[in-house]
Amino acid sequence: MNGLHDMGGMDGFGTVVAPAREPPFHDVWEGRVMAISRALAATGLWNIDQGRYGIERLTPEIYLTSSYHRKWHLRTEALLLEAGLISAAELAAGHAQGPAKPLPRVMLRPDKVPATLVRGTYERPAPAPARFKAGATVRARNIHPASHTRLPRYARGRTGVVDRIYGCHVFPDSYVSGKGDDPQWLYAVRFEACELWGADADPTVTVLIDAFEPYLMSA
Amino acid sequence: MHDHDHHSELSEMQLRVKALETILTEKGYVDPAALDLIVEHYETKVGPHIGARVVAKAWAEPAFKRALLADASKAIAGLGLDTKVGDHLIAVENTPQLHNIIVCTLCSCYPWDVLGLPPTWYKSAPYRSRTVKDPRGVLADFGVTLPATTQIRVWDSTAETRYLVLPVRPAGTERLSQDELAARVTRDSMVGTGLVAA
Repeated sequence: MNGLHDMGGMDGFGTVVAPAREPPFHDVWEGRVMAISRALAATGLWNIDQGRYGIERLTPEIYLTSSYHRKWHLRTEALLLEAGLISAAELAAGHAQGPAKPLPRVMLRPDKVPATLVRGTYERPAPAPARFKAGATVRARNIHPASHTRLPRYARGRTGVVDRIYGCHVFPDSYVSGKGDDPQWLYAVRFEACELWGADADPTVTVLIDAFEPYLMSA
Repeated sequence: MHDHDHHSELSEMQLRVKALETILTEKGYVDPAALDLIVEHYETKVGPHIGARVVAKAWAEPAFKRALLADASKAIAGLGLDTKVGDHLIAVENTPQLHNIIVCTLCSCYPWDVLGLPPTWYKSAPYRSRTVKDPRGVLADFGVTLPATTQIRVWDSTAETRYLVLPVRPAGTERLSQDELAARVTRDSMVGTGLVAA
């Protein structure tokens, strides 16, 4: 979706302010938000792209004015409400008011936490040979899916070069629907800054995106 | 709902998160003891010290550096770290002629397994919006000025790959041990928003 989350190339957000030191969590609630989200995802309630799409679907006002962990929390509430696992009345009351529904998999127990925290692989066996070779000139398709996609707007319609091939990976645009992995070839595609930002762009700059094969066409 | 006019975001969030955890615990969807362990992992186990150790080893051992640049997840898996590093970690090498910088314009993808949780600035709108368009301007925000001829590669983490920058080893560090080298390596140098000081 062409949402506010797709920020690459936007102007007006100001300078980057980077404090010298920062704790992992600024307050106890931030850690609980992350832990709740990870624990629920481990039960199979949502996958990584469904989780991202939950954040992308927050309203623009909320997206821009909420901290990172607040966005995670609001996403978690929204996905739980969508799944019918909790109710708005329960959130208002701060307590369960009805029976639990079965989870896709069992609740995450402490002994399973270490395994859950290991980042999984998204690479899958290839259903077909890769269409593009390293060095090939490709154009990112001018597509505007209404749902979740990982092709940033600034690259759409732009011509670049396949820098390297990463193998065949779970395809986010399909994975978000919960109907399977739909593996697609994944490439690092390199764009000159002037192709993305115009003739005045810095000639020493190139930008690389990870692009799935359905995002690309020969050029 | 809570009164937004009389609570800061912090106190509103403390109440909301507590309420959600209570409901989820009562319904048997989460186990608070498991949540404690997840928080502990991110607060005490993972952080830039892991990436710094990897960088120091790559500086000191050419064979490891080659393996790291070929397949970072695989190379690091052989180190016997306390925490595991997951798949699709890509190491990109800085040289005096080429500078790499990592961003995630669409969300906040970051190599948690080797750098820990991302700092707030990495997740902020200024960083996510500007890095792909004006990387030298973003570097200036960090006090970093590169020669005008240095090539800059911006890696936008738009898939499940994760990127780690292998910074340039500063001159005059030939006699340092790997532990001493690792102590010099900053988080920002492994994201590409900093350089390792000589």
